[in-house]
Amino acid sequence: MRKNVKKISKDKTYKKETRRDFLKTAWKGLGIVAGLEFAGLAIHYLNDHAQEPDLNNIFDAGLAEEIPKGTVTPFRRGRFYLVRLADGGFLAVSIKCTHLGCSILWDEEKQEFICPCHSSHFAINGDVNNPPAPRALDIYELKIENGQIVIDLNKKNKRAGFEKSQLTYA
Amino acid sequence: MDRKENIFKRIKNSVSDGSINPSSDRDRILLVLKSLILHLHPPMVNEKTIKFNHTFGLGGMAVVLICLQFITGLLLRFTYAPFPGSAYDSILHLQSTVLFGQLIRNIHHWSGLLLVIITSLHLLRVFFTSGFHGKRQFNWVIGVCLLLLVVFSNFTGYLLPWDQLAYWAVTVATGMLEYIPIIGTGLMEILLGGKQVGSSTLLIFYNLHTGIFPILIILIMAFHFWRVRKAGGVVVPADKSENKMVPAVPNLVAKEFVVMLVLLAFVFLLALIFDAPLLEKANPAFSPNPAKAPWYFLGIQELMLHFHPLFSAIIIPITSLIFLLLIPYFLYETEDNGVWFYSGKGKQLAIRSAVISGAASLAFILINEFLFKSGKLLGFLPDEISNGLIPFIIFMSGFYGFYKFLINKKGANKNEAIQTLVVSILTVFIVLTIVGIFFRGKGMALTF
Repeated sequence: MRKNVKKISKDKTYKKETRRDFLKTAWKGLGIVAGLEFAGLAIHYLNDHAQEPDLNNIFDAGLAEEIPKGTVTPFRRGRFYLVRLADGGFLAVSIKCTHLGCSILWDEEKQEFICPCHSSHFAINGDVNNPPAPRALDIYELKIENGQIVIDLNKKNKRAGFEKSQLTYA
Repeated sequence: MDRKENIFKRIKNSVSDGSINPSSDRDRILLVLKSLILHLHPPMVNEKTIKFNHTFGLGGMAVVLICLQFITGLLLRFTYAPFPGSAYDSILHLQSTVLFGQLIRNIHHWSGLLLVIITSLHLLRVFFTSGFHGKRQFNWVIGVCLLLLVVFSNFTGYLLPWDQLAYWAVTVATGMLEYIPIIGTGLMEILLGGKQVGSSTLLIFYNLHTGIFPILIILIMAFHFWRVRKAGGVVVPADKSENKMVPAVPNLVAKEFVVMLVLLAFVFLLALIFDAPLLEKANPAFSPNPAKAPWYFLGIQELMLHFHPLFSAIIIPITSLIFLLLIPYFLYETEDNGVWFYSGKGKQLAIRSAVISGAASLAFILINEFLFKSGKLLGFLPDEISNGLIPFIIFMSGFYGFYKFLINKKGANKNEAIQTLVVSILTVFIVLTIVGIFFRGKGMALTF
């Protein structure tokens, strides 16, 4: 049946069918546009929540000289660990495990970050020591201004592994 | 209209003029036709389809539980505050001071859990009695959508108590989304309303749980019922016995009523004995050990311990879901058979494949845990390939080979072969889920 209609509408003597076909397509198209508009609006509503006013996104982590070398300092409110490696380089490591988003803990004895959820282990610089975590811990942008450590919590960077260039020195 | 009747009688007659106590079959059929609720039934039903062990009343049970969820849920809405600062306290208040607050919450909790189980069993019942052919094809798809809605309703409700269990279960479960290539992170941030579970997440989940999903469930449920009626009711067993039609009232309705009462009694008993869990208030800085997703996602979480997350959390579940949706559309040899497990041979193959795939998946879990990680066999390749793509291709070709084996060597027809295949996939999923729920302890190590 459908094939017949197509044949007729291709025949130039049946102009009326093609106009109806055109209008049908136009209505369908308009319907799709309206649907997309609504979907866009709905997503906008969901996204607007994401922009919560948060004044604490620039995090002041104290004076650089007060942090001893080779230590890990937790900042629970900022949800990151401030790492100072043995060579004096600073790193702001996210608390969020790269596996499924649990909060990692620093084990002072083993000198490792351990995820309590699925026992991923990370080295002090964030590299994966033990899977299931698929990549090194994310890091935040860290600057040292006049000896003061400033961390931008808006700028979180994913990385495959640790590199020297990620460190900031006082 | 009888003008001599008093106003109360006239109002009552204007609502319904059917007799409430019909005395003849004719009156009973009229009663069904004239009442809104009973009209969901046909006036006459085939006697074979209302035998309890043909359907076990599972669809009806799902309806009862959904009604129960609506009633208790609407009550809970009066006392609940969907904000991180007050959500947990509002639950404590509900449990300690509100009249029967703890009981209502328990009923909502247990009935929600049962709803996921009963809806899944209903799907299995339809599958194993071949209730998805011909006119019923699309109703299978609608039913799968309803099952997904039930699961996601339960999942969004999981967060609302805002305790450690809720917070980390949702963190871990939504964390799986991040493994979808390209759009994963964006999708997760839309769903959570931010980068982590927080106040926006709670509001979004609350709205989905108490607004959007209930409305969708009601609408799609109505569509589901309507299509059952259009298909001529429940699938009729194609055996040699006589097809006798009986009035739906009282033959079907009485049975439904009994099932409802027994189910309600069971839920109330559960709710009286066992309290719904409530741990300490959510603390984003400290994850409990172990942190598990809600129980119905633990099969996937267990899979994630063995394979690369892109495959275990995304590709395998989506492939399985597409296979599930397509089940009615493989061209079968016979349709509308309506007998449990299709045939004697179908039943035998189903049991054997369940035992074999159950044992195989258990063995695989134990070998991976105690002997060696299967992904390390090809350690020189990237993890996505050695521990993702290669095992995926092996399993897919394994299932295809199994299917061909059933057809060619075991002489199974297409109905029996696909049923056997589904049984083995289902068994693997159930084994993974059981291991994930009961045998994973600290750090997700196996415990016994």
